[in-house]
Amino acid sequence: MIRSQRWKGAAFTVPFQLGFVFLYLLPIGYAVYQSLFLEKQSGLGLGGATTEFVGLENYGKGLSDSAFMTSILRVVLFACVQIPFMLLISLVLALFLDAVTSKVAGRFRILLLVPYMIPGVVAAIVWINLYSPDVGPLTPIGDLFGFDWNFFAPSMVWPAIGNLLTWHGIGYNMVIIYAALQGVPRELFEAARLDGASELRIALSIKVPFVRGALVLTALLSIIQMLQIFNEPALFRNVTPQTVSDSFTPIMIIYNQAFNAANYHYAAALSVLLALILGVASFLFYRLTSRAAD
Amino acid sequence: MALTENRKENGTETAAVPPRGGAVRRITRPDPAARSRGGQRFLLVGLVLASAYSLFPVYWLLVAATKDRVGLYQSNGLWFSDFHLWENLHQVFTYEGGIFLRWTANSFLYAGVGSLGGTLIALATGYGLARFEFPGRGVVFAAVVGSFLIPIALLTLPLYLLFSAIGLVDTPWAMLIPCLINPFSVYLAKVYTEATVPFELLEAARIDGAGELRIFFSIVLRMMTTGGATVFLLAFVNTWNAFFLPLTMLRGEENWTLNLGLYNWTGKRLESGIDVTSLVLTGALLSIIPMAIMMVAMRRYWRSGVTLGALK
Repeated sequence: MIRSQRWKGAAFTVPFQLGFVFLYLLPIGYAVYQSLFLEKQSGLGLGGATTEFVGLENYGKGLSDSAFMTSILRVVLFACVQIPFMLLISLVLALFLDAVTSKVAGRFRILLLVPYMIPGVVAAIVWINLYSPDVGPLTPIGDLFGFDWNFFAPSMVWPAIGNLLTWHGIGYNMVIIYAALQGVPRELFEAARLDGASELRIALSIKVPFVRGALVLTALLSIIQMLQIFNEPALFRNVTPQTVSDSFTPIMIIYNQAFNAANYHYAAALSVLLALILGVASFLFYRLTSRAAD
Repeated sequence: MALTENRKENGTETAAVPPRGGAVRRITRPDPAARSRGGQRFLLVGLVLASAYSLFPVYWLLVAATKDRVGLYQSNGLWFSDFHLWENLHQVFTYEGGIFLRWTANSFLYAGVGSLGGTLIALATGYGLARFEFPGRGVVFAAVVGSFLIPIALLTLPLYLLFSAIGLVDTPWAMLIPCLINPFSVYLAKVYTEATVPFELLEAARIDGAGELRIFFSIVLRMMTTGGATVFLLAFVNTWNAFFLPLTMLRGEENWTLNLGLYNWTGKRLESGIDVTSLVLTGALLSIIPMAIMMVAMRRYWRSGVTLGALK
């Protein structure tokens, strides 16, 4: 390639690079910088506050902050249950779609994608009202079958959020897995059928291994999302503040530290910590799943 | 993988092939009718149950939006009672001086203008990354992919501080500027360029004496219509659905998005004298409609976009 063209090519990316510096690198650097300071009140708080350099003190505080660590453990445990469950359903539905005629598959695929079209906040509003003992139909249906369930009770709030996330996420994950299934060479099925393999056997031994990459990807995206969960608990908190505390998930704690406690320095340290945890979790998951492939 | 669909840019293919990802490949499938009928029935039952689960909340929302306060609390939640949809709509649009319309307009402004600008920048960047070799290209691409892992809080909180230092907090700019830079859009644009813009064509245009800017605007952008539409659509949906950014950046009601307004209304239901629940539900139903229209109108684009972005 001619030399002058190279620079013209680079010029096409300049607006993005400038924006990236301003909207990504600068804020991250600023957060790291802020996290090294602490606002200290002098005297009785009447003399105003001074900002002092404290080094890694905020990080030490974050790592020993039981509310923050509990919130991380809470979302990690929850992710271990909800994500496999959601992906299993998505996988089964994708396999179902792959095994019916393409006309039938096309129709059902649209129906199954309806929840994905609904904004997350609206999805949470709808399910919260479905769960609501006053207006929702689920409580009377439960009564009918003798269940006396209260979706806003402490033991039910995670299953309630889990159902909401599963409902919202099945369609998207199914589409990705289904698209990967389309790539399986169809001759393999013919060969397997000639050898007397059942459809179930074909699904388990040929199709599922073939879409492993798509499953790893959807799982990774779900993990990243889950560690940052905020909207759903925030909306649940609006209706049931006694069950969903303001330190329910890591981002809720960070938001509260920043805007209710006005402690930006500590909030910055916590968000850097969360980013590191997210990076490590993604890396570990990727390594684990790619090693299993060999 | 879903590229087969996107390579055919001229649009004639759209009419011939139903908008269904991977439809082309389906021709080679064995006839499923040859398989057991019981098996097919089992699959259908499974799919019907799953669809019922997917659709039930939407159906309930639709029913609930037609009820007044009494109907909402006392009638059967699964079926219509007295029809009060028009009163509910009237209430939504007039409550607090018609603030709901303002929020709708804001959502359209942020999602529309922000995504349009973001798409243009992303297409230029994707093209630059895909079709030119320049020092630092690898670094830019690594930054794009790496930024997928950055938690939203890590960006939004310091951005709030920076924006408040320059007086942008609580203005539409606080929503519009972050939309301009979208690494996922850049990533998609790069993948689309690789699939649709051949080197040879660019060389031919250069030999004919066309400048690089002209090549980009009159050849590349035109070839990337499908890709660009997908990038725009996904960015639009993302911004329309955004919650953490507006919650952080916008203080005054008049700049809020629909999501933020509805969130605020859900917090009010316990204290207010007016029936906020039916306001929230009717508002929620209304806020889905633009998404549904966009999705249906452009489903060919967004579906290939979703799968493409995921599989490459």
